[in-house]
Amino acid sequence: MRSLAWILVCGWLLEATTSVWAQSPPEKIDFNRDIRPILSETCFTCHGPDHNKRQAELRLDTRDGLHGATGGPKPLVPGKPAESEIIARLTATEPEERMPPASTGKVVTPQQIELIKKWIEQGAEFKGHWAYITPVESPLPKVDRPEFVRNDIDRFILSELNRHGLKPSPFADRRILIRRLYFDLTGLPPRPEQVAAFLADQSPDAYEKLVNRLLDSPEYGERMAMFWLDLVRYADTNGYHGDNHEDRDMYRDYVIESFNRNKPFNQFTIEQLAGDLIPNATTEQRIASGYNRLLMTTREGGAQAKEYLAKYSADRVRNVSAVWMASTMGCCECHDHKFDPFLTRDFYSLAAYFADIQETAVGEQPGTPIPTLGQQARLTELQARLTEAQAKLANPGLDLVAAQAAWEKQALIDLAGSKSAWSIVKPLKLEAAAKSTLTIQDDQSVLSSGENPARETYSVTTSTDLPRVTGLRLEALTHPTLSNGGASRSNGNFVLTGIEVSLVQPGGTPVKVLPIARAMADFEQKDFPIAHAFDNKPDTGWAIAGYEKKENRKAVFVFAEPVTLTADSQLVVKLKHESIYAQHNIGRFRLALTNSDQPALDDQGVPDAVLAALKVTVEQRDDAQKKTLSDYYRSIDPALLKLKQEVTQAETEVANHRKSFRTTLVSTSVAPRMMRVLPRGNWLDETGEVVAPAVPSFLAKTPSTDTQRQSRLDLANWLVSAENPLVARVLVNRLWKITFGQGLVKSLEDFGAQGSAPTHPELLDWLAIDFVRSGWDIKRMVKLMVMSGAYQQASTVSDELRQVDPFNNLVARQGRFRLDAEMIRDHALVTSGLLAQHLGGPSAKPYQPPGYWSYLNFPMREWQNDQGAGLYRRGLYTYWCRTFLHPSLKTFDAPTREECTVERARSNTPLQALVLLNDPTYVETSRKFAERLIREGGMDIGSRLKFAYRELLSRDPRPEEVSILSAMYQKHLAEYQAEQPAAEALAKVGAAPSAADINRADLAATTSIARVLYNLHETITRN
Amino acid sequence: MFSFPQIPDDVNRRTFLRTSTTGIGSVVLASLLNRDGILSAADIQAKVDHWKGVISQPQFPVRAKRIIYLCMAGGPSHLETLDYKPKLAEMHGKPMPESFTKGMPIAQLQGQKLTCFAPQHKFQKYGQSGQELSEVFPHIGSVADELCVIRSIQTEAINHDPAHTFMNTGTTISGRPAMGAWLNYGLGSENDSLPGFVVMTSTGKYGQSQPIAARQWHSGFLPSRFQGVEFRSKGDPVMYVRNPQGVTDSRQRDVVQAVQQLNQLEDGVVHDPEIATRISAYETAFKMQTSVPELMDIKDEPKHILDLYGTQGPDGTFAYNCLLARRLAERGVRFIQLYHRDWDHHGAVKEHVAGTAKEVDQPCAALIKDLKQRDMLKDTLIIWGGEFGRTPMAQGNGRDHHIKGFSIWMAGGGIKGGMSYGATDELGYSAQQDIFHVHDFHATILRLFGIDHERLTYKFQGRDFRLTDVSGKVVEKILA
Repeated sequence: MRSLAWILVCGWLLEATTSVWAQSPPEKIDFNRDIRPILSETCFTCHGPDHNKRQAELRLDTRDGLHGATGGPKPLVPGKPAESEIIARLTATEPEERMPPASTGKVVTPQQIELIKKWIEQGAEFKGHWAYITPVESPLPKVDRPEFVRNDIDRFILSELNRHGLKPSPFADRRILIRRLYFDLTGLPPRPEQVAAFLADQSPDAYEKLVNRLLDSPEYGERMAMFWLDLVRYADTNGYHGDNHEDRDMYRDYVIESFNRNKPFNQFTIEQLAGDLIPNATTEQRIASGYNRLLMTTREGGAQAKEYLAKYSADRVRNVSAVWMASTMGCCECHDHKFDPFLTRDFYSLAAYFADIQETAVGEQPGTPIPTLGQQARLTELQARLTEAQAKLANPGLDLVAAQAAWEKQALIDLAGSKSAWSIVKPLKLEAAAKSTLTIQDDQSVLSSGENPARETYSVTTSTDLPRVTGLRLEALTHPTLSNGGASRSNGNFVLTGIEVSLVQPGGTPVKVLPIARAMADFEQKDFPIAHAFDNKPDTGWAIAGYEKKENRKAVFVFAEPVTLTADSQLVVKLKHESIYAQHNIGRFRLALTNSDQPALDDQGVPDAVLAALKVTVEQRDDAQKKTLSDYYRSIDPALLKLKQEVTQAETEVANHRKSFRTTLVSTSVAPRMMRVLPRGNWLDETGEVVAPAVPSFLAKTPSTDTQRQSRLDLANWLVSAENPLVARVLVNRLWKITFGQGLVKSLEDFGAQGSAPTHPELLDWLAIDFVRSGWDIKRMVKLMVMSGAYQQASTVSDELRQVDPFNNLVARQGRFRLDAEMIRDHALVTSGLLAQHLGGPSAKPYQPPGYWSYLNFPMREWQNDQGAGLYRRGLYTYWCRTFLHPSLKTFDAPTREECTVERARSNTPLQALVLLNDPTYVETSRKFAERLIREGGMDIGSRLKFAYRELLSRDPRPEEVSILSAMYQKHLAEYQAEQPAAEALAKVGAAPSAADINRADLAATTSIARVLYNLHETITRN
Repeated sequence: MFSFPQIPDDVNRRTFLRTSTTGIGSVVLASLLNRDGILSAADIQAKVDHWKGVISQPQFPVRAKRIIYLCMAGGPSHLETLDYKPKLAEMHGKPMPESFTKGMPIAQLQGQKLTCFAPQHKFQKYGQSGQELSEVFPHIGSVADELCVIRSIQTEAINHDPAHTFMNTGTTISGRPAMGAWLNYGLGSENDSLPGFVVMTSTGKYGQSQPIAARQWHSGFLPSRFQGVEFRSKGDPVMYVRNPQGVTDSRQRDVVQAVQQLNQLEDGVVHDPEIATRISAYETAFKMQTSVPELMDIKDEPKHILDLYGTQGPDGTFAYNCLLARRLAERGVRFIQLYHRDWDHHGAVKEHVAGTAKEVDQPCAALIKDLKQRDMLKDTLIIWGGEFGRTPMAQGNGRDHHIKGFSIWMAGGGIKGGMSYGATDELGYSAQQDIFHVHDFHATILRLFGIDHERLTYKFQGRDFRLTDVSGKVVEKILA
């Protein structure tokens, strides 16, 4: 009864045995099916695999333990329940004798004790846990009912049914069959014409042809991807804290492609776990290795790298053990498993396989750009163009000597007109208000060194030959002695909070401060513009983001009025650093003055050295001067400049093209981190043993490589090796769930002692063996399942059958269950004609209520609905934000994919009703479907309804249904005719325009019909 | 684990429902259709399936019926609010003794010099009980005799996101149910037209608004009907609760009614018990479309009540949310959780604590007074606290995250008022006396609802999971 209560409470169909055997105990007791679940639930916590918690040195999970073979206590005597201590303890009346102790809250029921007695009577045959024994091929059961047997699956099903005196359900109506096949294999409903064609096809292989067609359709890959993406917790965001975007959608497309190309499951496994380690890994295999990067990661400031690396390790162990082994190894992070033979050491040894993955412990995970074939071709083309431009520049074939001579002539004429620009000034006197040491360099720049005070003001006294000054230029220059080789004393950046230029008389008497009218700089850090350098506010200033780029920067300050100077005038320039950013002082700088009426950043004149060289006659120039001039000319020759520009442009094009590549997270192997056992999972504790990669110790080992450290490739090969008892069973069980609604092992996520035993162990093994033998052929296995007679049964259930087998453990009928979240969306989109169907691509953003992301931060952001096709993509392409999954999908139990989801809930809630009634997606699809009813269904309401039912439900409406819907339609038609604005408003929900030529009242009333139909239980049910 | 003799087994329940909908129901349906072709809404409502919880016989006296959990997100500094440390003032500017910090997890202060930072606000004694609280809480001080101040709580996660997850679910691993989901699973809801677990958030002006993930109110492996529903101050209060434009209430009712009737007909054909649940869900959904706007419409609240909370109306503030919390509590919502995302004070802790405290002080006190005058405080548990506290060490002029000892307060719902429990060491670093671990916090809350925390379990992945994981003890001393 306990378990029945639980089944109700949980809505889960867990413990197969209790309900099936409720009628009468089986003839032959099977340890794994009948006894182990009882012992596991009630005894293993204290008498099981965890040696730290084991009481009285008694172990009930091994043959030796049960039979007392190792000299410990002897709990049972085969054949003699009355002499068996275990029975004595289970039935003891003294509280201190009684097992399990009352304090545990565990109870062994009288029926269970009877089972154990019977088992001991029959010899107490022990079997290792079924899931850890290599599958055994049983002979095919001999059965009757040839009309039911479509393939060998049915022999196993029938044999079990016979044992219980039951018969299979009749085959489902062909309309239901095709609808079921479509949902199971493509996730979409059949179109009415496809239904009609199938009904009309009387050939014996009509059904098989349909199956083949669906397995070959591209939608098959999309449908299969849904279950796989839940397992591997695929999402578009990183999950913790700010939950920021990360590019991974190429991995999603890889999964779709792999299913469509029917990639063998062993290869699929190897590529994901270790695609990057395969010799000469292809792009596809590298994308596949993104599996290892799908976990949640953090960027939260203050997060400790070690703590998060420990979290990531544990996450990977939980995932790989759940996905491939249906094992709950997460339990072993802190202690040996309580029910299954996994040890803490196994947990960390498994984690060690992944210790080589390059990743950021705390912070952004940089993606790897992956070009498509087309993009790769284009890249080659652009790179060729660049090479060509570079070659041309290297060998321009120009007569530069003649051009230079012509330029020199003209330059001298121009210069005579005194178009001199900036003239670099020589510092006469340097002072630092705080403690910096300032020294003049050869190029007249000033270098700051010595102590670097928190705040500092530099003063430079200078003079000039210019008769008149209009502006001051400040160059901040990099220098090898400065931090990071930048231009500042700090981290490469400085904050200049003030600049003051004063005119002084010789001897230092200030005449006046020269007001600055405006300024410009060749670079301004965000929020630190040049204007802040002369705003008289000591807490604001000009900064150059020098921590990012070490480059020379310059700023020009234009005086409010030109200043006329006398020969002995001097200027004092003060550079102030007074911001809260301590020590952000300029490291090297140079000052220049100009007489130009338009002081500018770009030096329109020529550098001093060039000017000096120009003034020397050609004959008198020394080599250095010649070189100066030649170099300079080469920097301004128009023809050469054009070639340079061509190179720059080609470079930009290559860079921009690279930016258009999609990026994705892939695995890159680096020197592995040391992996220790963390005592009780505590990452601060470094006393644990260091472990090397190894598979769980009780399972068959990987082939010994002795000297070499094992890699992820070894792990992957081990998973899909013939010795692994779990992987094939786990996968065929999940395929069975897709095609029947529940697994042969109900606990899809747990094949351990606490999971449920297979309802058809021989069939499960037979399927697993067949699967491996076929070369891990997934399509073949799916086809086998859907071709079976068992699959083709009706899903309706008689009262009698419901009483005997309420949870359909015997597969005497098909499953009947709600469609998955994505399929509900897809169904509405495809029937309304809005579906934008193409495979793969970036994730899509359909309508989402505004403000739904307002709880997110770092940065704050708002979901932007896509435009056009992005609004109408299949549900599986929806942008998967882990902390705030699209509410429409989430309401229908789509998982957040923070952790592995083996089995989604199938809830039935009021919020689902609100989604189908009011989410703009469903209102929009309703009105577009209504348009189709009007255009394609005809003017008569009866014919429209017939059209609608065939579209949505692959059947004709019943008279009562027609009467209910017609009544509502007539009422709403009248209302909307009277309320045109309301009809108009409804026609505007969603982005797709309503056809202008359709009467709005008719459209609105027909929309009501469509809304009702999209909300029907039958519409969202696969039966 | 519970054995629940009161719960009819699944088969019987479903058989009952099926009989009622297709046996009697179909007769009724036939007759109604014969009359006017339409099934009455009342007839459908008769089949409403209302979740009563798995616990019908509590193991302990029920002291609390609902919770209002005021989550001070970001982590309030206990040293400026609830836990006065004069010794820390003496040590101001001196190095933090290494004996306190050695081997302890540290967040943003990693690798930095650790210096004592004096409490930035004065404390004073409030009420007859003489509870010592910071001067930033004059209003909360005015209800000091209702409060039990706990100064020894400890948690296990030092970053916001996992720390919230730990506070709500008892573990930092995603995918486990939040406390509100557990309570609704255990006890059911008292209102079938509102969700049993409601979440609201507000932001302020003084702290970084830390993100709050929806996993904080997720039902984890429990059925999704138990997950928290966000009520929002902008847009529709509950997502998708508003009729589409151009659809009046009456037309919406027509649509829902047609859905119900057609589903009923379908059940007559296929006998699927899920259909009865679906019918019930549509009934509730339709009711929510009325009850939610009614809840959010505060025009019937007199001015003196608005003034008590310090809100003008729907302004998205914490004060407004507190008023809504009371309205939700009145309507029998089981678990009401308010996040105020303004307590992350890495800098300027003095000014920022004062600012954020001002945002919450009056509304918190108002909530207690208002519930008391309605005689609801006795069975409404109020909890005030963050996901962690803050370091006694300076981070500039602010404080970093801190998990080894911090403070919360609880009131009403079976909590002994006017007392304090537990203490940290003299510098406010580690909880020293009566350590109150988050698991103990959970165990004690469940006890107030009459639940033995070791027996409210759910089987998942082969294990009986519970809110308190494998530990947790009830602190009897703070129970009234």
